[in-house]
Amino acid sequence: MEAIAQKIREAAKRLLSEGKVDVVIGYAKGTVPMREYPYFAYTPEEAENLTWSSFCCNNLALYTIRRPGRMAVVAQGCVSRNLVNLINENQFKRDDLYVIGVNSPGMVDRRKVQALFPGKTITEVIEEPEHLLVKGQGFEERLERKKVFRSNCLTCVQRNPVISDEMIGEVGPEGHGGNIDKVAAPWEKLVPAERWTEMQETLKDCIRCYACRDACPLCYCHVCFVDEAQPQWCGKTQDEADVATFHILRAFHCAGRCTDCGACESACPQGIKMRRLTSKIEKDIRALYGYRPGMEIGAQPPMSLFKPNDPQDFIK
Amino acid sequence: MSQKILAKNKLDAFLQGLCRDQDLFAPVMKDGKVGWAPVATADQALWDFSNTEMSPKDFFFPQTECMMRFKNVQGDPQGMIMQAEPALNRPRVLLNIRPCDAKAFQVLDLIFVQDEMTNDLYWRDKREKTTLIGLACNDPCPTCFCTTVGSNPHGTTGLDVLLVDLGDKFLAQALTAKGEALVGDLPAAAGGDEAKAAELKKAAEGKISGGVAMDKVNSREVMELYDAPLWDRVMESCLNCGTCTFCCPTCHCFDIQDETQGQDGRRVRNWDYCMSWLFTMHGTGHNPRGTKKDRVRQRFMHKFKYIPVKRGGEIGCVGCGRCVRLCPVNIDVRQVVNDMNA
Amino acid sequence: MRNTYVPYPVSIKEVRVETEDKQLKSFWLQFLNSEDASAFNYTPGQFAELSISGYGEIPIGIASSPTEGRDLLFTVNKVGSVSSRLHNMKAGDIMGVRGPLGNSYPLRAAKGKNIVIVAGGFAVTTLRSTMNWLLHPDHRGDYGEITFIYGARTPGMLLYTQEWTAWQNSGQAKVCVTVDREAPGWSGLVGFVPTVTGDVAPKPDNAIALICGPPIMIKFTQPVFDKLGWQSDQIIMSLENRMKCGIGICGRCNVGPEYVCKDGPVFTKTQLDKLPREY
Ligand SMILES: Cc1cc2nc3c(=O)[nH]c(=O)nc-3n(C[C@H](O)[C@H](O)[C@H](O)COP(=O)(O)OP(=O)(O)OC[C@H]3O[C@@H](n4cnc5c(N)ncnc54)[C@H](O)[C@@H]3O)c2cc1C
Ligand code: SF4
Ligand code: SF4
Ligand code: SF4
Ligand code: SF4
Ligand code: SF4
Ligand code: FES
Repeated sequence: MEAIAQKIREAAKRLLSEGKVDVVIGYAKGTVPMREYPYFAYTPEEAENLTWSSFCCNNLALYTIRRPGRMAVVAQGCVSRNLVNLINENQFKRDDLYVIGVNSPGMVDRRKVQALFPGKTITEVIEEPEHLLVKGQGFEERLERKKVFRSNCLTCVQRNPVISDEMIGEVGPEGHGGNIDKVAAPWEKLVPAERWTEMQETLKDCIRCYACRDACPLCYCHVCFVDEAQPQWCGKTQDEADVATFHILRAFHCAGRCTDCGACESACPQGIKMRRLTSKIEKDIRALYGYRPGMEIGAQPPMSLFKPNDPQDFIK
Repeated sequence: MSQKILAKNKLDAFLQGLCRDQDLFAPVMKDGKVGWAPVATADQALWDFSNTEMSPKDFFFPQTECMMRFKNVQGDPQGMIMQAEPALNRPRVLLNIRPCDAKAFQVLDLIFVQDEMTNDLYWRDKREKTTLIGLACNDPCPTCFCTTVGSNPHGTTGLDVLLVDLGDKFLAQALTAKGEALVGDLPAAAGGDEAKAAELKKAAEGKISGGVAMDKVNSREVMELYDAPLWDRVMESCLNCGTCTFCCPTCHCFDIQDETQGQDGRRVRNWDYCMSWLFTMHGTGHNPRGTKKDRVRQRFMHKFKYIPVKRGGEIGCVGCGRCVRLCPVNIDVRQVVNDMNA
Repeated sequence: MRNTYVPYPVSIKEVRVETEDKQLKSFWLQFLNSEDASAFNYTPGQFAELSISGYGEIPIGIASSPTEGRDLLFTVNKVGSVSSRLHNMKAGDIMGVRGPLGNSYPLRAAKGKNIVIVAGGFAVTTLRSTMNWLLHPDHRGDYGEITFIYGARTPGMLLYTQEWTAWQNSGQAKVCVTVDREAPGWSGLVGFVPTVTGDVAPKPDNAIALICGPPIMIKFTQPVFDKLGWQSDQIIMSLENRMKCGIGICGRCNVGPEYVCKDGPVFTKTQLDKLPREY
């Protein structure tokens, strides 16, 4: 991990000192354990702060949106797919972007780690090749990294960047063994009445802080539907119906675009599993259209494409 | 006020007394998270925890609160006259609230109740009908910094009773008449107990590692801080989400909305947050805090400059560390304030 | 203890279309309960939250003066959801009023002084209140010269024409009303407010100026006053920010540490110079 981090810093320093880019967007070490944060390095000195670890859970593609100038972005598989999405949606030009590609080791879900130490405070987490050494007030324990992966990382199909101008480290193996079709959308197995209960259960602690929306590189509308006042699509209260409306509509807006990067779940302060909605749609889009978002520059997302031989006739 | 002893094997009896005529709430473990819930017995409540993930402010200021109702009926114009919601019908006790959170409510009292016009009866009613039994922190976590913003792990501000865990028993300090009524019948503490509590307090204070310095923030003019270059960097990674304000015990901003369903109409208030661009947007499209930088700056300026300027030096932060723990991009309030103070 | 979030019930007594584009309407509101009318003690410069059940509330400056009796006058521009709904309401309809809110123009502190009023567009509302208050026999004697400068785009966009004509005719005040361009049937002044202000050249000695209008007008009027030797503490302005509670709690209307709803909306330029331009 540290070797990769060192190479990222070197690449960033070189790009900045050669004036190839104005900024390198990467991750830096957070002030609390298991929380690296998006960092903007403008000078070779600042590039020293860049890092790489199991806790790079934000999707950096977000920060390229409406950002002028030439930028380099540290991108693992999912981030690169969201960059491709944005290029396909004409948010910026491929030429203005320099991708520092990294094979993702699989990121760790800080909540899963915390859940193993209920009520205890974790003070430090040290990375080891296949393990994490967790230290806290009065305890120390070694965990297998894979056991505490984010669920989207377990089922990831694209750990290597799909575009990159410079690859840090080796192009690595693909996948982590999980099968998204088996775990996506627990609702599928349920009868409709149970589905609603399950949905309520899933969303009950949501505080509508919108961190999930705000962390997502798909959500860049100038005015999000939940903020729209005339007409008001969605009530503003904590009533179940309002909360569910937000989540369901948001999930639909992500259809055919979501890369299952998990940034939304990682951002949520309440540990809500809102990917249960988006990953179901991701699965459906794949089943219906054979489409995976962000895999290829120039690909046409099925939701913005009309084909005369469309099997559905509602549009004809 | 009096210093009493609450034995650990007498907790159930004590709790029974508390919930006889009142609703009793305490931190509990729910789905791996520490949150507030009704309790009746001592083993339902947590006695050894750092703090609840979200602040208990929604006991006084619910995220969604109906303020008044009306009837939307054809031919009955009188129905459109707003009728206020009734007051709370049962008093409440919050047990094991942390001193930082209790302090936060006292800061909020200064905002919700100022004079005859600025007199939030919804807030006030719930405050007046709620008793706060605090639990001192013997083991503050690394993100707590209460001692540097005028609070304390054993702080008593805003509490009716403070409990200090002495190992085999609690020292129960009554701090108000309300508190005295609850613990008055318990056996008195011995001098050694109080000395032990004082020791624990000192040890707890010593465990607060990081913190903020405020001297220059206090002496600088508003515009000097406002125009400082730091905001360009602080705002970069911010998502402008509601996390830091919703989890914060002192954030109190809200929106008011009308809703009608059939004949039933209501006016509700919902938590709102200065990080949202909509918060300040005029009907004309003009937005006085139109950029992310404006909004990020507002949050820190409000807590650490504007509130102190307006409220006799009180800071709009009690150092609970929640925003540090929960911000999805790790914007650490301690660093920001120290940069303001640099 | 009164719940200050609950509006006083009022009925609409009269609705008047004010401008040729029909974007502005005036509403005379009558309290349903006389106790509420007595409790609603206001002075010029204050505002109120107009409440329409099912739609919400909007902060609107009080255009009437307490010297005119107990009914309240509001002039409302059609902007968004609540103001559009209000424009569809008619005499006899029931709605609510919450207030009075905010501070007022420092008229009592300005006793013995000359008063200059500069208004542009529909920001004239609370200045109508001020003029009626100043010209009332109980108060007129307390003040020196009163100058009222008011401009709109066209004659059809001028509010309160009857009133300012009466002030003009009373000889109690110097009234200079202007429109941006020549217009058929208009024999009054022509030119922008800043230019007219320059021509009138109000003297700063023993005087205060109340200036309300769109940002562009304020921007160009300010240098005129500077040139005439006015000091910042003589210049008084009224701000507008998005509001909800109107009583200094909900947090959205602040300009630095000051809440426009509670510490304002009226501020001196000296105060504003020390605050962020977040309005
Ligand atoms: C002190 C003060 C005095 C005012 N006096 C007048 C007046 O005399 N005549 C007049 O026509 N207008 C006045 N305004 C502006 C008026 O309040 C807004 O135009 C109005 O709130 C728009 O509401 P809406 O529901 O129609 O628009 P929307 O865009 O639907 O607004 C939704 C809500 O946002 C808030 N809001 C939006 N814009 C503003 C704004 N500019 N100021 C305050 N809150 C806002 C309100 O709560 C409103 O209900 C005044 C504003 C303030 C602050
Ligand atoms: S981040 Fe979590 S709590 Fe916030 S709106 Fe999304 S699901 Fe709800
Ligand atoms: S919805 Fe969630 S998983 Fe999908 S792209 Fe957005 S942040 Fe990533
Ligand atoms: S500081 Fe963090 S929690 Fe607060 S709005 Fe920004 S990203 Fe969200
Ligand atoms: S600003 Fe952060 S640390 Fe301070 S009281 Fe609020 S949540 Fe706690
Ligand atoms: S203005 Fe922002 S920081 Fe201040 S109380 Fe409101 S939400 Fe919190
Ligand atoms: S409108 Fe709520 S604080 Fe000013």
